[in-house]
Amino acid sequence: MPTLVSHPDEVKIISRRFGAGAADIEKYLELDGYKAVQMAIEKGAEWVINEMKISGLRGRGGAGFPTGLKWSFVPKQSEKPKYVLVNGDESEPGTCKDHVIFLHDPHSVIEGTMIAGLAIGAKMGFIYLRGEYRYLLKVVEKAVADAYAKGFLGKNIFGKEGVDFDIVTQTGAGAYEVGEESALMESLEGKRGVPRIKPPFPAVVGLYGGPTVINNAETIASAPHILLMGGEAYAKVGSERNGGTRLFGISGHVERPGVYELPMGYNLKKAIYEVAGGVKGGRKLKAVVPGGSSCPVLKADELDVGLDFDQMGKAGTMLGSGGIVVLDETVSIVEFALRTIKFYQHESCGWCIPCREGTDWLKKTLTRFYNGYGNKKDIANIQYLAENMMGRTFCPLGDAAAMPTLGFIKKFREEFEEYLEGHRTEKALITTEEMIGAAH
Amino acid sequence: MSAVTNTIFSPELAARFDKLVTLYPVKRSALIPMLLYAQDEVGYVSDAVVHEIAQRLDLFELDVRNVLSYYSMLRTKPAGKYNVQVCTNISCMLRGGYEILDHCKAKLGIGHKEVTADKLFSLEEVECIGACCWAPAMQVNYDFHEDLTPAKVDQILDDYAAGRGKDVK
Amino acid sequence: MPDVNFIVDGKQLTAPAGTLLIDACKAAGIEIPAFCYYPGLSLQAACRMCVVRIEKMPKLQTACTTPVAEGMVVQTETPEIAQARKATIQLLLGNHPLDCPVCDAGGECELQDMTFKYGAAESFYTEPKNHREEQKWSPAVYFDRPRCILCYRCVRMCGEGMDVFALGIQNRGSSAVIAPNIPASESPTGMQQLDCEECGMCIDACPVGALTSDSYRYKTRPWEMNHVGTVCTHCGDGCKTTLGVRRSADGMEIVRGDNRDRSGINNDFLCAKGRFAFDFANHEERLTQPLVRQADGKLKPVSWEEALTVVGKKFKEVRDSRGGHGLGVIGSNRITNEEAYLLQKFARSVLGTANIDHHRTADYTTFARALNGTSGKTASQRDTATAKAVLLIGGDPTNQNPLTAWNLRTDVRLNKARIYVANHAPIKLRRQAKAFLQVTDLGYGSLAAYLGGDDAAAQAAAVDVNALAAFRDAVKGEENLLVLIGNELRGTDLEKLVQFALSLPNAKVALLSDYVNSRGAADMGLLPDLLPGYTPWMQPKEFATEYGDHFPAAKGLDLLQQFDAAASGELGALYVVGANPVARYSIDPATLKNTFLVVQDMYLTETAVLADVVLPAANLYEKSGSVTNSYGDLQLVRKAADKAGVRSDFEIIVRIADKMDHKVQSLVPFGNGLRADFGQTRGAQSGEADRHAVWLAANNMEPKLSPFDPFAILDEIHRLVPGYGSLLRLQLLSGNDQHVEPVVNKNELVQIDGDTNRRDLVLPANDTLFTSGTLGRYSEKLTQLHGKYSQEATPTAAD
Ligand SMILES: Cc1cc2nc3c(=O)[nH]c(=O)nc-3n(C[C@H](O)[C@H](O)[C@H](O)COP(=O)(O)O)c2cc1C
Ligand code: SF4
Ligand code: FES
Repeated sequence: MPTLVSHPDEVKIISRRFGAGAADIEKYLELDGYKAVQMAIEKGAEWVINEMKISGLRGRGGAGFPTGLKWSFVPKQSEKPKYVLVNGDESEPGTCKDHVIFLHDPHSVIEGTMIAGLAIGAKMGFIYLRGEYRYLLKVVEKAVADAYAKGFLGKNIFGKEGVDFDIVTQTGAGAYEVGEESALMESLEGKRGVPRIKPPFPAVVGLYGGPTVINNAETIASAPHILLMGGEAYAKVGSERNGGTRLFGISGHVERPGVYELPMGYNLKKAIYEVAGGVKGGRKLKAVVPGGSSCPVLKADELDVGLDFDQMGKAGTMLGSGGIVVLDETVSIVEFALRTIKFYQHESCGWCIPCREGTDWLKKTLTRFYNGYGNKKDIANIQYLAENMMGRTFCPLGDAAAMPTLGFIKKFREEFEEYLEGHRTEKALITTEEMIGAAH
Repeated sequence: MSAVTNTIFSPELAARFDKLVTLYPVKRSALIPMLLYAQDEVGYVSDAVVHEIAQRLDLFELDVRNVLSYYSMLRTKPAGKYNVQVCTNISCMLRGGYEILDHCKAKLGIGHKEVTADKLFSLEEVECIGACCWAPAMQVNYDFHEDLTPAKVDQILDDYAAGRGKDVK
Repeated sequence: MPDVNFIVDGKQLTAPAGTLLIDACKAAGIEIPAFCYYPGLSLQAACRMCVVRIEKMPKLQTACTTPVAEGMVVQTETPEIAQARKATIQLLLGNHPLDCPVCDAGGECELQDMTFKYGAAESFYTEPKNHREEQKWSPAVYFDRPRCILCYRCVRMCGEGMDVFALGIQNRGSSAVIAPNIPASESPTGMQQLDCEECGMCIDACPVGALTSDSYRYKTRPWEMNHVGTVCTHCGDGCKTTLGVRRSADGMEIVRGDNRDRSGINNDFLCAKGRFAFDFANHEERLTQPLVRQADGKLKPVSWEEALTVVGKKFKEVRDSRGGHGLGVIGSNRITNEEAYLLQKFARSVLGTANIDHHRTADYTTFARALNGTSGKTASQRDTATAKAVLLIGGDPTNQNPLTAWNLRTDVRLNKARIYVANHAPIKLRRQAKAFLQVTDLGYGSLAAYLGGDDAAAQAAAVDVNALAAFRDAVKGEENLLVLIGNELRGTDLEKLVQFALSLPNAKVALLSDYVNSRGAADMGLLPDLLPGYTPWMQPKEFATEYGDHFPAAKGLDLLQQFDAAASGELGALYVVGANPVARYSIDPATLKNTFLVVQDMYLTETAVLADVVLPAANLYEKSGSVTNSYGDLQLVRKAADKAGVRSDFEIIVRIADKMDHKVQSLVPFGNGLRADFGQTRGAQSGEADRHAVWLAANNMEPKLSPFDPFAILDEIHRLVPGYGSLLRLQLLSGNDQHVEPVVNKNELVQIDGDTNRRDLVLPANDTLFTSGTLGRYSEKLTQLHGKYSQEATPTAAD
């Protein structure tokens, strides 16, 4: 079981119940569980959406779209049933925060789903977990069953005539791309995880053709807390236009890796050096990938930046999924870039040409380069490939592969050049034949 | 009684499938879970599994194959009783993921996607499994093992070999 | 939809709101490149070739998914866009085998064209390409994976278009691949296979050379072919097919059939027969020399001159000794209108007999009578793709009229049409139907009566009697109903149904039949009791005067009566043109032993082997003229292929007339030698002037120069045949279809003999996707396909 960490700078809102046994419904109830949803039933959809808007909560899945606004896009009247879809596909390398929520506080996801349902007028919600999270699925399944047993789910919930809500849990089967919202809907409909053409957006035409709100598990789990503490109070915790806190997973070369709940806007450098205990073994920091593998890299001297969507954007990167990956001085950027691209090549759904072929050629070229058979033109070619994927693909996965690649080359070009001159990493991390053999 | 006569699945699984298809607005939504659960029981997605699931969901077998080949956890050949999946993605790589993979290769004497002769273990290098903060990590079937060291891996594999490993399905 | 205004490349354009930008641009002459976009199929936005710059949008947008909007400002060819497209092509070429010099698509490949346009020729990848061997997926279809650019056109064509779903996408990312529905592990050959309708639509839709046809692959280069647009010779739908022909040792050989230019009533559609079954022309048993039976009883090759002399002499002798009723003529439903008309005219005016008939595959005589002189009530094939509602009674279009089935599916998919299917069998089109009514095995007559208001007929009509009322109400509730009738319905059953259709305010009807000119054969009067245009024999109108002295003033013997007459020794000679009645109607060969039999055909069929003279004929692809499909859509047939030694049916008929010392000019009005006193007091009405020449002059037309020119007879058809008088020559000659309708007066018509003791004169061919009467047996490709699917107990994909 993953170890829980903690640090005095943390502001525990969403992680309040972590470690307290709240997977058990009785314990959850003891800790204010299912109060927020009853408030929501009482006060109505408009109130909920308003509180969510005031809270300044922005989507925790990566794109940072304001959640209250997203909910308000769902048409009031609809011929087709509306749905809430919880994105628990968590697959962005460097990210494992939803993992902790499902494990320690599954009922908050359930309660959040119900709140979202009430807000948009849906009677059914789906909680989709990536296939690898089977043991978490068991936890969530049990939580859902317990909620049904208590009469919190099903018909006339909490004894309220005419208020119905059902939740179905769902498992994926191994595909990063399915985390993309429209691909997720396809997958839930039993299809290949290929994204859909947008527009129409899910809020208008989503799951089974009905209006659908789709949110990251952490976003959803934040909703009950927001209603309990009030949108305004929540907003205050965070920074400008970035309400509240979020779970940051700090991993890689740090002393105390783990998932920490920090207020939005918290300083990145502090997060690494204080919260996570600094670079492992006292080595020097080389670079940070700040929000999951698709975010452009930051150099050691670029870390004095606040962890929120806007400040990170200004710094030329992204807050993404909140997975901060720290690289020490020993890491070869070429190697790291190759491993990153290998992932996107493996996960491209293959639908569109620039991503399917682009990731494949990036991987091939980088592999050869990595193996010492590169030439100067390859650096330009890699850049050319990535530039021609940016903004040209069907869904953002293509960008997610191109952005970090461009970042690595932009910020560490000398290292690529030195690589050609024989300055290879002393201690190679990648040892798979697939990657090494491909050049020969 | 299952909705399908002559089911190839255990009575429990068949009953579960009968229920599963009723949960969604559209039957087909049960496809991916069914494939995964069938694989858990049969060991892989065999032609017979494809036949029956297509039949249960009123799909063309081709549809089932199209979907099945998309998802990387689904396989059409048997794996070992314990499928060892070592993450080598960035966070794990930085903390020795490849070392763990190499250690497993040496210990089990097999490579990526291979199965030991006694069919007890198979090995896979996998992409991020969502355990980055507890890296390096691996999964044996569905169970997570974190903060690995070669010694820890030895212990874990020995436990499985001796039938003491945890195994949730 | 209201029109919106927008600007593309500085041009002010207007299009209905909702039009896709790519289509709106195309209509305005601005071509936006695309691999995955295919009109009529679902949108993909996968290839990213159609990217354009739209003002106020941060990224390039795909024109294939963007509907035009008021005030939109679009750029379609800027350096930025060209670069995006170039990069996309470079990415594709990275793994492309670049085997263009041997690739079937070389020269007509969209990837080649795009590469040429955007100049992505230099290759900067040094890694080895992913190679895969070519795979044979069926007797008709091959797949070359490395050439595939994954545009998914084939997958959609097969699924959405054909409702077959035999192609899928498997794996993901750069391993993604198009896969057929039988995996290697389940295939008897151990290789992936297709289980499908073998239409080959996937091959046509493929923008590159990834899908190729067994018939065409590695045969020739596209630029070495001539391309001739003509009409498919197989079923009654009358698809336009473009034949690729190439010079061969003994003429012109057809190497390919397709309709990629989307001209014609079938748009881009062709079935397996239209696409692949042209190979009968080169069957090893094809006759190329006339045969005459010798004293020793054997058929021996002779010259045309000799054979025609024998025929002419004998026909004349029989006519002069026994009179016209001593001769019989059986025509064909695969010859042109001109030939059919000529044949009956030859029979009536040269042989002097009314004993003339053909293998009827649908009851067009009753159909014409039931229409009762109405006009605008018959449907064109085109209506099947646009009708709001369709009632299909009987028939199985998927197998027998594949274009009709395609159109109905398209209509449901694109126009949300409502299809009502009533059939005794669970035909595949029920999958598109709003309602399916299972008719009892012999219940069509009862159903027709029930629909017409006879509630007592309910019991015998449907398997589930309770379903009838709702079905009838739904059908009658439709404002614009298209009634398609299968050839199970004949005689009074058909009449009742047509009357029901006519009773609905805006309904239109059509009667489906089996061969390319089944309808034309009936329209042209290959019938013993009806002259061309369903003109009854008792009131022959101008035919009596035009056809000269031998004109028989009586009705003749139908096809079966002719054989009865032969059996009893009353038929001195029988002339069979392009038909195989001996096999089709199971005629005992002994029946014909005392009859002089002349057969005009491509092969030694069951009928031809009994003949005294066999004349090797050209097929539809080797001649010109016109044909009329089941619906009454008249289309031009153009000569594509050629075979040394054979003659067109038209020419043979004319030459036999000549050998009978008939004045050829009165059979085929040709040449300048005609004199007429037109424009004078006597004029056309006088009966003395040459009416045809008068008519030609009046219509600003030139006399034809050759007696073998079918258009000389087309002129006469135009002039004399009721219903064909309205045809527009320019339309016809420019390859456009036009609709014709019977113009008849009910009371004058004779109907089929209701005697049930005898085999019905209407004998539906019941062909499948892979059979086509006698002709189909001589197509190697059809034989292979038929073999493949007839072994299967239940074709999974076909239903
Ligand atoms: C390639 C790709 C993968 C994604 N993976 C995930 C994921 O695993 N989990 C997630 O919550 N969002 C993921 N997203 C983002 C979702 O598309 C979507 O924005 C999000 O679920 C919306 O929820 P939010 O507004 O609560 O963030 C992914 C997006 C892309 C383009
Ligand atoms: S960018 Fe294209 S190929 Fe890549 S995952 Fe998205 S749709 Fe699929
Ligand atoms: S990188 Fe290994 S679990 Fe995320």
